[in-house]
Amino acid sequence: MFSGLIALHIPDGFITPSVAGLGWLMCVLVIWMATRQTRTQFGEAQVPVMGVLAAFIFAAQAINFPIMAGTSGHLVGAALAGIVMGPWAGSLIMAAVVIVQGLIFQDGGLLVMGWNVINMVAAVLVGSSAYLVIFRILGTDRKRSRPLAAMIAAWISVEIGAVATALELAVSGTFPLGLSLPAMTLIYGIVGVCEGVITAAAISLLQVSRPEVLRGGEESQGKISAAWLSSGMALALVIALFSPLASGAPDGLEVVAHQLGASESEPFLSIFPDYSVSFISSSVYSTIVAMVIGVIMVFSSVLAVGHLVARRSEE
Amino acid sequence: MSCLVEIKNLSFSYQDGRTALQELDLSICEGEKVGIVGSNGAGKSTLLLQLNGVLQGTGDVRIAGDQVCRQNLGRIRSLVGLVFQDPDDQLFSPTVFEDVAFGPLYMGLDESAVSLRVREALESVGMDGMEERVPNRMSLGEKKLVAIATVLAMRPRILALDEPTAALDARARRTILGVLKHLDETLVVATHDLSLVAEVLDRTIVMDRGEVVADGPTAEILRDEAFLAEHGLI
Amino acid sequence: MQGSTRSPETGGMRSLDPRTKVVAVVLFILAVNLIPAGAWPVYLVLLALLWSAAVVLHVGMLVLLRRSLVAVPFVLAVVVLPFTTPGAAIYELPGLGWQISREGMTLFLTILCRFFLAVQAAVLLAASTPVSELLWGLRKLGVPTTLVAIIGFMYRYLFVIGEEAGQMIRARAARSAQIPHHRRPSVFWQGRVSGLMVGSLFLRALARSERIYVAMLSRGYDGHPRSMLHLRMVAWDWIVVIGSGLLLALILWGRMA
Repeated sequence: MFSGLIALHIPDGFITPSVAGLGWLMCVLVIWMATRQTRTQFGEAQVPVMGVLAAFIFAAQAINFPIMAGTSGHLVGAALAGIVMGPWAGSLIMAAVVIVQGLIFQDGGLLVMGWNVINMVAAVLVGSSAYLVIFRILGTDRKRSRPLAAMIAAWISVEIGAVATALELAVSGTFPLGLSLPAMTLIYGIVGVCEGVITAAAISLLQVSRPEVLRGGEESQGKISAAWLSSGMALALVIALFSPLASGAPDGLEVVAHQLGASESEPFLSIFPDYSVSFISSSVYSTIVAMVIGVIMVFSSVLAVGHLVARRSEE
Repeated sequence: MSCLVEIKNLSFSYQDGRTALQELDLSICEGEKVGIVGSNGAGKSTLLLQLNGVLQGTGDVRIAGDQVCRQNLGRIRSLVGLVFQDPDDQLFSPTVFEDVAFGPLYMGLDESAVSLRVREALESVGMDGMEERVPNRMSLGEKKLVAIATVLAMRPRILALDEPTAALDARARRTILGVLKHLDETLVVATHDLSLVAEVLDRTIVMDRGEVVADGPTAEILRDEAFLAEHGLI
Repeated sequence: MQGSTRSPETGGMRSLDPRTKVVAVVLFILAVNLIPAGAWPVYLVLLALLWSAAVVLHVGMLVLLRRSLVAVPFVLAVVVLPFTTPGAAIYELPGLGWQISREGMTLFLTILCRFFLAVQAAVLLAASTPVSELLWGLRKLGVPTTLVAIIGFMYRYLFVIGEEAGQMIRARAARSAQIPHHRRPSVFWQGRVSGLMVGSLFLRALARSERIYVAMLSRGYDGHPRSMLHLRMVAWDWIVVIGSGLLLALILWGRMA
């Protein structure tokens, strides 16, 4: 039944405790805000509605379809949740999903749960804000505006989650950004297309059968605060991404890592290859080769585990 | 005569404009066992939801003399226990114990009283000892029994059940009938199951398109096959 | 606790309070992440500790190992680390000329050990604690009641809505005939079908949440979650909590020294 369940949350061991602590801090703040916002939005129905829709997202992630050569696409759901329920309700729903996945199904670590929640919340906030902006631009009176806006917003939301993950791993000194960022954006660029197609179709169905539900999400309270927070998040990502690359030699992220208390006494914490991948003597080509190998490895392992889990759940 | 349920001139329309109930008059006295029958969309479930104020239409609904309105909802809901058709909607807690304890807890009872009520309610549906069971792993029949217990634990004077036997196999259905027969509370059962009505309930109300089209002793009403066919019941 | 079948006297270690387990597991994972890279004997000691706990808590080894499979993609992704981390070369892949560095290998294995120990500790927590007790423990440890209630609802309806999704998937499969030599429908079409399924699943979930809310209202719900589970911390609980605290302190001290 949960055959679509493949970990794409960060497990424990990949993030240093100090970085993890920062994630928890942000996570607590965001959940506090989301809880307050949804209480005014749903009143006494807050708990059952949020809980049941979190279960829906979890179940919807199991609806997959074949893409090619045994790979299957399925939904993450962050943008969908944000679009139909509003940014804060969507955030709370996705936070609940991440917590249950980590706590009960070991998909995502406990120490890094803060970041895993933040990645999803960022995807919801950016996704739903992007949807509203694109929907306006395309014209609110045209029939295709909603699905199209949803498709683009869903793609963006997936990429945001991927970029955030790559950054967190880099700050922890686990993966050099020069390696993880292109790999993650590439993989999730493809995943994002699936996300876009599924989200757009779901939105088009709602547009026909229950337009008032969609309007409820579009007009939900807190979209302004969500828009501010998501542009802040997007800005933070951009600054974090370009500062080390722009400043060259002294690695910006390395500095951040030091400030966060990653000490010199642990050599691996400060290892940041200067964005030239070091196993290669010279050429760009081996970088690309390495990246492709990485991508293939991740894909094939996702596949293998998927088949394994699918087979077990059929038994 | 003062009855437990007094409904006068009740009308109700859903937000989308569908009229579900039209100028309904109805009274049910203490201890009566009443079946409400009618085809899909006749307004049976809507009527049940009016009894404890989940839905409120125009007109007058009184339970034990109290009008169903915002101020009285707490009291009304402790008097009228609703058992929903899909037990999964009613069993929302992680364990059977917590589910059955839910109503009594919100009535403000102290914890020993709550535990006592849980035990008694589960005993009266033959599910004692199941406190730690998880609803996810129970059969539909078991879930329906526990759903009845969740309401019995509140010691309502009226028990209103929506399709208690729908989708059950013969054995589970028999168990439910056995439980219903032994309940002392006033029963209002909305159902398609005419043999349930014949066996358990002595008064039958036939509804069609939001109106009461017949009301009388079960034996009399079920005898008139032409009438039943006319209202889509057989 | 009313309605609980187990009592502290009979259970010993097996009836640890959920709070104890949550605290101990978090401290353990923290400790695991603070062990200096390459301190292999320490990892072994912790693994032994963890597996003894599994034996005491009656969690099968197979469950422990199988559930750690979920994160395999991430683990495979770090396979590149021995190649990409600069340092003293200890091996060169024949033909390609890629070098494995000692530092990279240490980093790789360290991450692997940390991941493995942490995920097993998490499995141990989940497998030895009923969800209702786990949620109660979280609430007592200060997680907001509303969030805990939402998670409780989510877990409860995971199975109900998961079953609905399963039915839809089976119904789709039953209608997905494929005629030989005929082109399969395009990926986009299939994605769209999945999206439509997701959309109607959403509507069903939304309707269900409304029905549940009505069912709660008719039993007197006022928007504030209540519960009456009571568990008590016994001597064993304190021993375990203090023990895991000491473990963390020991490792912190080891890092300083």
